[in-house]
Amino acid sequence: MLNYIWSALVAVAVLCAVVFGNTRELSDAVVNSGAAAVELLLTMAGVMCLWSGIMRIAQESGFTRILARIFAPLLGLLFPGLDKNSEAFGSITMNVSANLLGLGNTATPFGLKAMRELSLINGGSDTAGDAMIVFVVMNTASMQLLPTMLGTLRQSKGSKAPFEILVPVWISSACALAVALVIALGLNRIRRGRVTWDLRCRRLRR
Amino acid sequence: MGFAMPAFAALIVVFGLVRRVPVFDCFLQGAREGLVTLYRIAPTVMGLVFAVKLLQSGGAVEALCNLLQPAADALGFPKEVVPMALLRPVSGSGASALLLSVFDECGPDSFAGRVASVLAGSSETTFYAVAMYYGSVGVKHIRHTLVAAVAADVTAFAVSVVTVRLFFG
Repeated sequence: MLNYIWSALVAVAVLCAVVFGNTRELSDAVVNSGAAAVELLLTMAGVMCLWSGIMRIAQESGFTRILARIFAPLLGLLFPGLDKNSEAFGSITMNVSANLLGLGNTATPFGLKAMRELSLINGGSDTAGDAMIVFVVMNTASMQLLPTMLGTLRQSKGSKAPFEILVPVWISSACALAVALVIALGLNRIRRGRVTWDLRCRRLRR
Repeated sequence: MGFAMPAFAALIVVFGLVRRVPVFDCFLQGAREGLVTLYRIAPTVMGLVFAVKLLQSGGAVEALCNLLQPAADALGFPKEVVPMALLRPVSGSGASALLLSVFDECGPDSFAGRVASVLAGSSETTFYAVAMYYGSVGVKHIRHTLVAAVAADVTAFAVSVVTVRLFFG
């Protein structure tokens, strides 16, 4: 899937550049993208090391277990079949807490750790497990309670009320997250065969 | 709120001390794991940055915007926000830059400025997250992940226009 998407992106980009005569800009971008990626990775490296280290302390000290207990009822619904005392569950709760606090850079290392543990549970398969899908989809939707960055940007451009958009942001985020979770959980069920089986039975009865 | 991050870190360290955990040893061990993870996602990040830079510089993003303009007009989606909406799923920094240009062009308290703000606040860099998280554990078949994730983005687009209309007339 990602193979097709990535190659489509590159092909479309090159095609457009040729059609619009932007080939010069394109070749500049080819050269610059490497540097841009390394810069991004280096910025990430510091953050990753720091928060992975902090996460380890949180785990050893039982901090994640306390958080997990708070979030367990809610997250348990989203991850049926995942042991609430597992490391994976702990990492997921840390990821969600960091996301809610708006610490996007912090949430990523926790998320990557969660993925590694979910992958272990999944037997290292190259096909995404149900829990992985729900987790990734959650992270593609916004869970931030206070979008500070957005407020700062608005203020810097002379907004009279930088945070007036707060309630619309919550409503929009909640709708998007709900849609993502409903589709992910729903399709998890269907693709696991339960619903298809029901349908087949019903058809046979007719 | 800028204080949240250090406070969060300090809270965990102090908690570890209280529980008599070898705090610094744990930190080093975790930091080492962090580097390993980074090493695993590095190729994915490289590939994505490459594709996004090509799309932007070659004029593909611009062309797609022109193409989508009539649809955006029909739905009441401000045309100034279309480029940002398109770039948001692939590039966080790119979308931030376009958000600022919407503010410059129309003002942060205009209809377009507000829609752009709500959209920026309620969506994430979908494709980037999908590729990075799956790439880090070598998952190739992502089943219905993209269906759900893209549906969420489309929902955010639609709801941001509706809520801005509702709240600010």
